[in-house]
Parts: sequence; structure tokens; C-alpha cells
Amino acid sequence: MSSVPDVVITGLGATTPLGGDVASTWRAALAGESGARTLPNDWAETYGIAVSFAAQLKVPAADVLPRPETKRMDPSAQYAIIAAREAWAHAGNPEVAPERLGAVVSSGIGGIWTTLDAWDTMREKGARRVLPMTVPMLMPNSPAAYVELEFGARAGAHALVSACASGAEAIGYACEMIRTGRADVVVAGGTEAAIHPMPLAAFAASRTLSTRNDDPAGASRPYDVQRDGFVLGEGAGIVILESADHAEARGATVLARLVGVGLSSDGYHITSPEPSGRGQVSAMRAALADAGLSTADIVHVNAHATSTVVGDLIEARGVREVLGADADRVALSATKSMTGHLLGGAGALETIFTVLALMDRSAPPTINVSEPDPELVLDLVRDVPRALPDGQIAAINNSFGFGGHNVALVVASA
Amino acid sequence: MAYTEQEILAGLVEIVSEETGLPADSVLPEKSFTDDLDIDSLSMMTIVTLAEEKFDVRIPDDEVKNLATVGDAVSFIVGAQG
Repeated sequence: MSSVPDVVITGLGATTPLGGDVASTWRAALAGESGARTLPNDWAETYGIAVSFAAQLKVPAADVLPRPETKRMDPSAQYAIIAAREAWAHAGNPEVAPERLGAVVSSGIGGIWTTLDAWDTMREKGARRVLPMTVPMLMPNSPAAYVELEFGARAGAHALVSACASGAEAIGYACEMIRTGRADVVVAGGTEAAIHPMPLAAFAASRTLSTRNDDPAGASRPYDVQRDGFVLGEGAGIVILESADHAEARGATVLARLVGVGLSSDGYHITSPEPSGRGQVSAMRAALADAGLSTADIVHVNAHATSTVVGDLIEARGVREVLGADADRVALSATKSMTGHLLGGAGALETIFTVLALMDRSAPPTINVSEPDPELVLDLVRDVPRALPDGQIAAINNSFGFGGHNVALVVASA
Repeated sequence: MAYTEQEILAGLVEIVSEETGLPADSVLPEKSFTDDLDIDSLSMMTIVTLAEEKFDVRIPDDEVKNLATVGDAVSFIVGAQG
């Protein structure tokens, strides 16, 4: 009676640099396409930014949402709403009591376009021209709030902020909402819309971005010896989490099961991952323990791997440490090679990729790896998808963020 | 240079239509912002802010509550022009 509910995934939604929905995004990912392009503006020249490219949405939000919605929501909330509507429909428009429905949607940066636009307006035209919707649009819980309003969720709306781990942490928290009995269904994920000249300049200033301006599509190259930083991306990923009993009762199709959530923090540095990978290892081990699985059950890892010189290898060594000899059979994919880095959206989009890999028995490729780093001690899926085994299988999705936030999720086949 | 009443009505209809998503031909002078057009206080203040900029007038906060209909707002803006 008092047993902890199992949590399943019954819907997926996304808008990404690879496509305006999950199907087109996944198709492009399996085909090894890059979403990175030279920016269609002169920011780099005008402001002297060292980086002139990014991975912008394939389908602009303004092409999808009606005009009043685009005026009332920061782009970060717009992307979340687009993905949430797709996920909700994909889950079969679940019938659920409002008191049993939750919304957990994170952004790493928040409504930065709204913040900076409002400041520009104020400096040019004075305080009286600042629009009254500015605060509800810029607040970092705005995407969670709009998703909550969209579906009338009353079990709780939350926005956990942990930089590039935010989207995964949102899904982890949503899982706990169901396990602790607070909700039967939770709309969960992450979003980001920070391709604005200021954050681009700021990331470039921290020397974390690739400066491969002459080859945007080849710039994100996790584990390649020539990698020189991440590619700024944008977009959103949303999943519908549901208690297994609730999904069964309404006859929903179970896409996969969310079986393990592992969290830790480095306690080390504001941006650099702890060099030994101790924190990341601890998150992965916690997720496996939470799932009640052994390392032999893991066939695939969707790595955080952003294409930075230091970060990629720390994670790879950590995966090896956690999985031991079982790591030899694990297909490692670094999908940011194609999508760029969606920051707060990354962990959610990569959870979706992990679910799809288990469903289709196909680990997505890592592109742009011309020469793997000799220190990489894992089996990287390069250029073309890799078939995953039949039967019950499971995978780990890692997400790490500035601040030393580590989140590992374990997803198992339905 | 003052705007004509017709220009102000047309401009205000455009602002209200953009803000609410209502078709422009449904935003008529006799329509009530709250009862007919379902505009909440935050949207009303957005409309006021945009109208002030468009017509270069000042609509004091105390005055906004007196602007019940689209026509009331047009009349106020006509009178407030310098």
C-alpha cells in the first residue's frame, strides 16, 4: 500500500536546433546533422565578439505561436510551451485531476532577452516605456508558470536552477513528486533562449565557447583532439512523467521508465569540474543505486560532453570508474556535437534522446570526431547510429552545470 | 502635430488587437476593455504604455480607471494631445 510508485515516461516534446519537434529532431540526430550555423546578423562585427555562430532553433517560435503569446512570454517560455504542448498531445492529452498534476520546468539563465530588451528600452526612452509584463516574463520560473497555467496544474509548479544541469534536475524533481505521492502526472523539462550578443560575449569571455567561426557545423566536437569549447544552442525539451499505475489505468503507451535519479555537488569551483570527477561519479552511482540496477544493465550513456578540453575527459574517466569493465559494452553518445549546448534545455533534450535510443534500439552518433582524444577510455558512437541490444536495457544520461551541479538519470526500456 | 480622432482610433485598435489577439474589426469604440474584450489590469497597463508612446501623450494612472471603453480612451487621448 505504501510502496513507492514507479515512474514512467508517456510523452515527449521538443523544439531544437535540429527540428521543430521530437520526430524531426531525432531524424536529424540519427542522420548526424549539425544545428550550428553562422548567425544571421552582424553581432560579432558590431560588438567585436570572438564567436560568430550558434545553434539557433530550426523552426522559429514566431512561426508556431500566435502573436499575443510571443508578446507575453520570453523566448525561453515560448520554447517550453511549444515543447510542452507536443509532449502533452504525445501522451494522449492525459485526463488527470488538477490537484494531481505538476509542472517542473527549468531554465539555466532565465528571461535574458526580456531583461536586456527592457533595459535598452528604459535607457533609450525612460522608465515610463518599460512594459508591465517585464517581470513576469524575465523571472526564471516563468516557463514553469506558463506550463502550469497551460494545463491548470495545481500539485505544484517548480523551476530548479542549476545552470546546464537544470533540465535534468527538473526531471529528477518531477520524478520525486510522483514517488512521494504529490502528483500522478508531471510536465517536466528544461528550456533556454540565451542566444543574445551579451551572453554570447560573456561565454566567449570565459573561454568556454568554440571559436571555429569558419566551420560552425564542425565546431562542436566532443572527445576530438581538436575540440576547443562548446557551441551555444537554444531550445526546449519536455517529458510527461506519470506514475505507472496512472498510466496503466488510462491505457497510456509507456515509452520508457525513469528508474534512477542521482544528484551531487562538487564543492570545488564555480565553473571548473572537480578534476578527479568524484562528484560526477557519486551522482552516477547514486542514480544506479536508486534504480536498483547493476552496471551490467547499462548499455548506453548520453554524455554531458560539451566539447571542452577539460570537461569531456573528466566525465569519460568518471563513466569508466563507475561502470568498470562493463563500460566496454556501453555505447557512448555526445549529442551536443549536433545540437550545440542548450544550457538549461540540454538535460531535458538529452533525456528525450536517451528514451528514443532505448525505444529505437539505436544510440545516436557523435559527429565531428576526426581523431578521438587518445585519453578517451570509452567506446564512442561516431558518425552513424549504433544498434543497442534487445531485451530489457537501461541507459544513463549525465548533466553537469556551472556551480558544480551533477545530475545523473537512469532510464530503462519499457 | 496632433493626430486626428480617426488616426487615434485606428492606432489604438491595432495596439489592442496585437495585445489580445482579437481581430481588429471586433475592437469597436463602444467595447468595454474589461467586460467585452476581457483585458486584465496588466494588459490594460501594457496598452496604456504602448499608446502613450505611439501618440506621445501622458495617461496618468488615476485616469486609467475612467477609460471604460475603447471610445473613452480615444477621447482622452484626443484631449490630452499637446
